[in-house]
Amino acid sequence: MKPQTILIKGGRVIDPSRSHDSVADALLKDGVVVAVRRNIAMPDGARIVEAKGLVVCPGFVDLHCHLREPGYEDKETIATGTRAAAKGGFTTVCAMPNTRPLGDSPATVEYVLRKAREEGTVRVLPIGCVTKGSMGQELAEMGELAQAGVIGFSDDGRPVNDANLMRQALSYSSAFRLPIINHCQVDELFQGGVMNEGWVATRLGLRGVPNSSEEAMVARDISLAALTGGRVHLAHVSTAGTVELVRRAKEQGVPVTCEATPHHLTLTEEAALGRNGGGRFDPLTPQGYNTYAKVNPPLRSQADVDAVVEGLRDGTIDVVATDHAPHNTVDKQCTFAEAAFGISGLETALGSLLSLAHSGRMPLLRLVEAMTAAPARFLKRDDLGTLAKGAAGDVVVFDPDAEWKVDARQFVSKGKNTPLDGTTLRGRVVATIYGGQVVYEQAGGGPKTR
Amino acid sequence: MTATTQSMKTTAPVQPSPLPLRRNILDLDDYSVEEIASVFQTTDAMKEVLGREIRKVPTLRGKSIITVFYEASTRTRVSFEQAGKVLSADVINVSSSGSSAEKGESLYNTALTLQAMNADIIVMRHPHSGAPYFLARHLKASVINAGDGTHAHPTQALLDMYTMRGHFGRLQGLKVTIVGDILYSRVGRSNLWGLTKMGAEVTLCAPPTLLPPDFLGSRRALEEHPFAAVKVETKVERALEDANVVMALRLQLERQKAGHLPSLREYSRLYCITPKRLALARPDVLVMHPGPMNEGIEIDPEVAHGAQSVIEEQVTNGVAARMALLYGVVTPVRSGR
Repeated sequence: MKPQTILIKGGRVIDPSRSHDSVADALLKDGVVVAVRRNIAMPDGARIVEAKGLVVCPGFVDLHCHLREPGYEDKETIATGTRAAAKGGFTTVCAMPNTRPLGDSPATVEYVLRKAREEGTVRVLPIGCVTKGSMGQELAEMGELAQAGVIGFSDDGRPVNDANLMRQALSYSSAFRLPIINHCQVDELFQGGVMNEGWVATRLGLRGVPNSSEEAMVARDISLAALTGGRVHLAHVSTAGTVELVRRAKEQGVPVTCEATPHHLTLTEEAALGRNGGGRFDPLTPQGYNTYAKVNPPLRSQADVDAVVEGLRDGTIDVVATDHAPHNTVDKQCTFAEAAFGISGLETALGSLLSLAHSGRMPLLRLVEAMTAAPARFLKRDDLGTLAKGAAGDVVVFDPDAEWKVDARQFVSKGKNTPLDGTTLRGRVVATIYGGQVVYEQAGGGPKTR
Repeated sequence: MTATTQSMKTTAPVQPSPLPLRRNILDLDDYSVEEIASVFQTTDAMKEVLGREIRKVPTLRGKSIITVFYEASTRTRVSFEQAGKVLSADVINVSSSGSSAEKGESLYNTALTLQAMNADIIVMRHPHSGAPYFLARHLKASVINAGDGTHAHPTQALLDMYTMRGHFGRLQGLKVTIVGDILYSRVGRSNLWGLTKMGAEVTLCAPPTLLPPDFLGSRRALEEHPFAAVKVETKVERALEDANVVMALRLQLERQKAGHLPSLREYSRLYCITPKRLALARPDVLVMHPGPMNEGIEIDPEVAHGAQSVIEEQVTNGVAARMALLYGVVTPVRSGR
């Protein structure tokens, strides 16, 4: 398909990269942004997207997702994962390397890039491993991985436990100016935990993970980033203590960035109780032990959620990333201890996050920035996450007020694993445009295009 | 004629108080005070049956009970089996070794298989907390939790409370001290639900490493929590003062390896229920233990088998209590709970 000439008319254009927030038209041609201003004349043969009453912003950029290919195609493929991304308004997704084989060699990275070119709906940027086989023993061939096109390094799911190896990784990767993305978790404190340590874990008789499991490694990584000058990016931060550590580190100019997921910004440990209304101390029902709420790091307490929201608002937390982690039904249809960690998040991210804007806890401009300009800055890509002239023709049009009921069976992702199934979200993607092509349109109630 | 009279007499149906309808027994958190009291009354009736010359009543004739134990058990499994058989149910026992669980069959598929066999009641013990909730979610049969991981053991707690009530005639205001591995104990947890509901004053006693972190000092923030009034004590002598009931919990060797304790020897020095410590409790104190005991570690043999011990009575009451509970879930009308 060739890029179309597309005129998006009359929407509220939010482009945090240029602090733009007003009603305007946006014109895309030859796959790039040509103009954003009022009353653009209709070019011949252009496709019109009516966006009156809708928000128009740069396509979302997700720094952290799992496309599972190669190796776990039963959970997700590059084809299905990128379609899910488009449905969620994402035009760029960074794919974690915990595939089979792992993304610790240029061959795997090239495979992912080729598959994405052939079957992908949106842009895929691969992440490479930090260590060979993600075993935490020896550095992966980071230079070759960088040449193959990775945007950073991570042994995702597996923290880099060895402090000296982390030091070397940060130091070595600084030569390529690429970040180390660490899943901060001290395994000795994690202890096979399955949810947050606290009253809900006690209530359910499940092993809890203390906040210290994350914070102790965050403190270490901040110290190592200061020592080496290498960029460290903390994946999916979840605790109030982490937010405070990062806030102080940033004040001191340490090269640290971090991300928060929609679920850590909106859900608490109480999701594991599987309640649908009622009091928090009501008796458990057979719906208890909701494995769809099992994720790592675990959903934390309300105080932690509040601190993470505040951290995102004030910029301590740089970006929102989904940590989209699709799984099979059987991976979740089991006891809580047996269930896989992870939430399929691409298709519910916007609706979840907009609850923060609707409740007044997060300015919409900041929310959009954390999903567009901020991750683009992280990637050092001035053509992404912006509607500046000449930028990639990646645009999402969403209705911030449309209410819809989440039905996991309708996900295009293979992963139907969401704790939000059956809940009502307010805010929905209406159309996603990638490289000047409409790659997603909401069925039925979509924008009038002609 | 005589024979008929005799037979009529021995198979006379029990006349328990009407129990509220209930589908599953998963924990005691969803029991009301009235329902617990009603279970006690039915247990009294069942105990009478167990005292008869011919211990058999037709109450559950034609009903099938499948016990599925994914963890070793003697007393609980046999207790359920005996309870079912006295009530004339068909009881089938499945253990994880020798079953298709060994071939890697998932709990979900096992559940569907049991369903297809038209079991009326599934009694399950499982090493994972919440496993019976999973089963109850997917099955039409009644599910009875015979112990799930470190979560709950409701039938044990009911028989424990029944035993206390038998001696004191009440639970309200009783000082019950539970000593031992609170962090991992499903028996302790279910007793907490039941005892707090029934108005007993519960004190938990253990080294801080064997107490749930949210029960400890500064982190105990939830005032409206149902367990907010529960006392926590790390010194056993203080915990035992004026106790009406002392319940010792089994301490497993793994706790030492996992770093919760320096050694079982030190635990025993600091927490073992010895005759000397027991003297701090009230003179008519009851000594209880859910079994199996590690004598000399959490409980001194002299105490375990002494005059205050009701540990064997717990086992006997267990059969009657489980008869009452089995009876309670097999009712023609299902509440959907």
